[in-house]
Amino acid sequence: MVTMFGAEEFVLDVRDLRMRYGRTDVLDGVSFTARRGEVLALLGPNGAGKTTTIEVLEGFRMRSGGQVSVLGTDPAHAGEAWRARVGVVLQSWRDHAKWQVRELLEHLGAYYAPYSSPGLPRPWEVDELIAAVGLTEQARKRVRRLSGGQRRRLDVAIGIVGRPELLFLDEPTAGFDPEARRDFHDLVHRLSDREETTILLTTHDLDEAEKLADRILILAGGRIVADGSADELSRQMSTQAEVRWSRDGQRFVHSADEPTRFVRDLFRQYGESVEDLEVRRASLEDTYMALVRQFESGVAPEPEAAVRRFSVVAG
Amino acid sequence: MNARWVAVRLGLRRGWIELKHQLTNPSDLITTLIVAAAFLGVMLYLRATTVPGTHFSLSTTILAGVLGMNVGFNGLALMAGLLTVEHEDGTLLRAKAIPHGMTGYLIGKVVTVSGTVLLGVSTTLITGLFLFSGLAIGSAGAWLTLIWVVALGLVATLPIGAVLGTLIPSARSAGLLNLALGGLIAISGIFYPITHLPHWLQWVGQAFPLYWLGLGMRSALLPASLASVEIGHSWRHLATFGVLGAWAVLGLLVAPVLLRRMARREAGSSVAARRAKAMLRAG
Repeated sequence: MVTMFGAEEFVLDVRDLRMRYGRTDVLDGVSFTARRGEVLALLGPNGAGKTTTIEVLEGFRMRSGGQVSVLGTDPAHAGEAWRARVGVVLQSWRDHAKWQVRELLEHLGAYYAPYSSPGLPRPWEVDELIAAVGLTEQARKRVRRLSGGQRRRLDVAIGIVGRPELLFLDEPTAGFDPEARRDFHDLVHRLSDREETTILLTTHDLDEAEKLADRILILAGGRIVADGSADELSRQMSTQAEVRWSRDGQRFVHSADEPTRFVRDLFRQYGESVEDLEVRRASLEDTYMALVRQFESGVAPEPEAAVRRFSVVAG
Repeated sequence: MNARWVAVRLGLRRGWIELKHQLTNPSDLITTLIVAAAFLGVMLYLRATTVPGTHFSLSTTILAGVLGMNVGFNGLALMAGLLTVEHEDGTLLRAKAIPHGMTGYLIGKVVTVSGTVLLGVSTTLITGLFLFSGLAIGSAGAWLTLIWVVALGLVATLPIGAVLGTLIPSARSAGLLNLALGGLIAISGIFYPITHLPHWLQWVGQAFPLYWLGLGMRSALLPASLASVEIGHSWRHLATFGVLGAWAVLGLLVAPVLLRRMARREAGSSVAARRAKAMLRAG
């Protein structure tokens, strides 16, 4: 490997990240990278260490071991200029209850003004930002009068008010209704496509991960057990596809290792009497469940081996 | 402009905004008015009572003492309470997530609490001037003393309040601090001359800034002859300066260390954990 560690080539460069609480290893050698403008989704069962990983990268938590480079800097020793380039979406509860939406965004945004440059004006123009998260009608409302969904939109707005180059989102759409979720997805696409913001998000919603993320990382037992696009993951992990068809009014389901060959054989044998054919590749959910189950039953392949397999495809 | 200075300026603005919120928020305003009315009620009730051994109205003495108490109580309890609540609800974490946000946040708190104190002192003083006689505020010396006592009182209590704020685990236990301060007020000679307390309690009272704030305010606003009912028959300005100064130094030394520690430990999951705990208690 000749790439220099921490070079700006990667916005995120995590190698062998370890976190130990007492005698428990929460993170046991996590490694991954992210390039500029990439959207990464970090998936994993509860307690797998997703939040811990994000908090280490945010600079909110000291790691026990490993090398971490975020925007070319170690977050454990990063200064305020680094902080200005990073956005964090926090889950609000009842903070700033008496502030008006616009008043709060304008105030928090002003801290970023000294870090503005001609190429990257900071902060985000406040009314434009309010419109982008769909809070225009609530701009003069006090924060405590917002609904749960509106409050989460405000959280997102606060996270991006400084036009971050890198954005962390820990379960951003928890408590969103379908419409708010859709709007949020549009916003994430806009950030990554137009603003080239690199985004790392955690979610429990696999559908959301598939829609938003360029790459999916699955964290289980303190390690990354899979790293690749949703497509790559399902193709690599689950070799079986589900084939459904009907013949003479009877329905059939078959799990095939090689669905193409199976279907070819099926037609050769029964010809025109095969109807309602459906071939279903494993969804991300199936892949995810298979991986996690495999891991939990202890027969998981060496995590590194799995990652290597995916990264061949990914890289 | 330098980013740190921008944050300092924003902190001042933040303090001003939150002060305005406090003044325009009906429930905050009502609480303040009820407390003020209760104190004025007590003073009106004691209007005919005199300070033991003098012909001077006890209410006027209490008024001066209450002004000192206002500085001490708000400096400690309001500062501690705000920090505890905003630690719990994630305001602090938000401050940590933005560049120089903590600087802005803390300056904002100092401005809000100082503003609350100054407003409280001035409104109580103005109301008192109309209702009670005998306040000796005719001289420049009186105002000078008033100003240095309030200023030093803020420097002595705000950092200690912040220290308490970092040590109190939850907003709920902040109530215990108020209770403890209530006890301290009782032995600080605010409502009755401290010389009437047992000796050892007098020493306890004199160890804390509240007594000295009350004494300082009395020295500023009461006729010189009233010094005769104080310990040592004197206003003891030097000792007032010494004790308040010592608390200020202690607070200014310890507060940054604890505040930095609190900020360092702050993370999304710690706020989430506190929220879950608070919800559990509420539910």
